[in-house]
Amino acid sequence: MSSVKRLAWSLLVIVALAAIGAPWLSPNEPNRRFDDLLYAPPTAIHVVQDGLHAPFMYRLHVVSRLERRFEVDTSRRVTLRWFTDARLVTADADAGTPLLLLGADAYGRDVFSRLLFGARATLAVALVSALLATALGAFAGGVAGYMGGWFDSVLSRVCEFVLVLPAIYVALILRAVLPLVLPAWTVFVLLIAIFTLLGWPIVARGVRAIVLVEREREYAVAARAAGASDGRILLHHLLPASLPFLRMQASLLVPAFMLAEATLSYVGLGFPNTIPTWGTMLQDASNVALLGDAPWSLAPAAAIFIVVLGVNLLAQDRGRAPVQLEP
Amino acid sequence: MLRFLIRRLAFAAVLIAITSSSALLLARLAPGDVTSQLGPFASSVDVENTRRRFDLDRSPLSQWGLWVGRAIRFDFGDSFLYNRPVAPLVAQAAANTALLGIVSLVTATLVGLSLGVFTAARTGPLPAFVRGLSLMCLSLPPLVTSLALVFVAARTGWLPAGGMVSASVSEPRWSAWAIDVLWHLPLPVLALALPMAATFERLQSQTMGEALNQPFVMAAVARGVSGGRVLLRHAWPSSMRPICAVYGVAIGALLSGSFVVEFVTAWPGLGRLMFDALRARDIYLVAACAATGAAFLAVGTTAGDLLLAAADPRVREQ
Repeated sequence: MSSVKRLAWSLLVIVALAAIGAPWLSPNEPNRRFDDLLYAPPTAIHVVQDGLHAPFMYRLHVVSRLERRFEVDTSRRVTLRWFTDARLVTADADAGTPLLLLGADAYGRDVFSRLLFGARATLAVALVSALLATALGAFAGGVAGYMGGWFDSVLSRVCEFVLVLPAIYVALILRAVLPLVLPAWTVFVLLIAIFTLLGWPIVARGVRAIVLVEREREYAVAARAAGASDGRILLHHLLPASLPFLRMQASLLVPAFMLAEATLSYVGLGFPNTIPTWGTMLQDASNVALLGDAPWSLAPAAAIFIVVLGVNLLAQDRGRAPVQLEP
Repeated sequence: MLRFLIRRLAFAAVLIAITSSSALLLARLAPGDVTSQLGPFASSVDVENTRRRFDLDRSPLSQWGLWVGRAIRFDFGDSFLYNRPVAPLVAQAAANTALLGIVSLVTATLVGLSLGVFTAARTGPLPAFVRGLSLMCLSLPPLVTSLALVFVAARTGWLPAGGMVSASVSEPRWSAWAIDVLWHLPLPVLALALPMAATFERLQSQTMGEALNQPFVMAAVARGVSGGRVLLRHAWPSSMRPICAVYGVAIGALLSGSFVVEFVTAWPGLGRLMFDALRARDIYLVAACAATGAAFLAVGTTAGDLLLAAADPRVREQ
């Protein structure tokens, strides 16, 4: 395994572990509001105060809520609690100050915990839509390439048409013409449906080209001569030939869909703000006046970068031209 | 050549007709209509008048027919949000988006191609650094870059953090306005151009590397042609084909990217206009925005094809 590949995999595995382990790794409930701590800065963890101690932090006092000024009270140490309440690390509930590893957002919610939980929603949407788009594209492209005829020409035209459209605008229109405010689960299903609709033509076009070549190969001809049915030839002989392409394409679709979710949620047409996703979290960053003082609102942007970088490094390692930042 | 242009023109017409019509119908069929913008206390007479003004009292199909009939005479209807005809509104926004898009595309092309030739032709620490840098930039989508740049701008005040013209520049002096726009331009352009420049760099580096291994390059070197000349006159043109092919696709990515960048940096372009129009169910504005976007696409893909034909004689034969 090359070092680039190892780096790429470790980035992706870290993100996956963060998403899976969110309830245990997060120090606070993602939706709990600390009313005194709107836009509070990240908590610093110390180990030294007149000698070495177990990791501890100081209490944070709000000085001016309006100016978002805070003061650290260094008179008393608040020792971190490990492995309690089914959490890896957290602050004592009666210590009066929460552990905010990445600060707090506009509602005084823990950004770090929301980032971990946000990974779940964001990646779930991206993964499910990438899988569906790949499956649908493989099926449609395979049938078109194998059968040819009118189905093939209609499908090719449709693919070309969808591919030429700027994806985010299509997603925007499709989302915006539905009721603007919807419950979270409906949004989840809706986004997946929209992304699948946008993503399948890329896959279909590639698979069609592969099947078109493969069906003339000796093994396909032999299978036909042996009396295999069309379905069997397509499913067991031709489509497996496109597996490397499918794997590649699916991995490129994931970051594209992740970005699409983030964009839609950022502009307010994705998940409602109570659901932590990387897109809804970025809404805090849209307040330019506050952004300068609260760089931690950009944490989800950094997370997005890590995922895109991981996938791009993998693609690069396979010697493929990396890609498109949109489906 | 003429046949090619006619074909492209027909394609453009179809694309524009389909996208704007479907945008119009989708916006019309969407739940809620523009009268909800009047507020909850609007009198029923006002609501009735507004519905009549925007042809909402007709069936969707007959409204579509009416709109098509007027649109072919270049009457695209009124906007409710701005209480003006949509044509000048959309033209202004489209000009802003085009400015942003073209400057970004030119920047990305110049930077990407020259760096690509450089990394392909030279070895050593500097090209390796450029390669690493462009891999990083590839993974910086406009959403992330524009937010990060706005943060830097807000923090340091080096550049204005958003908008296209400062509120203070209101006098109609042309030069002051132009300078102010130039001052606002680098931030969104950078956000939009970075990943694109990186894409061009990687692609150019790859194709240039392949071109340099061709026998005709070896032959040119053997004939005693100088290194720079071999690079620029022999190898480079033959490496251009895949890049020109990408140009047609780049326009879609450019439009998608510009939506996000416009939104984050408050650039008054097509993306923001369309977004607001969609939310308010301002149907004629939605349709006009969709039509303009489709026109951009058609122009972009045609330009891409022309470039491809210019770079590769084999395409011209078809």
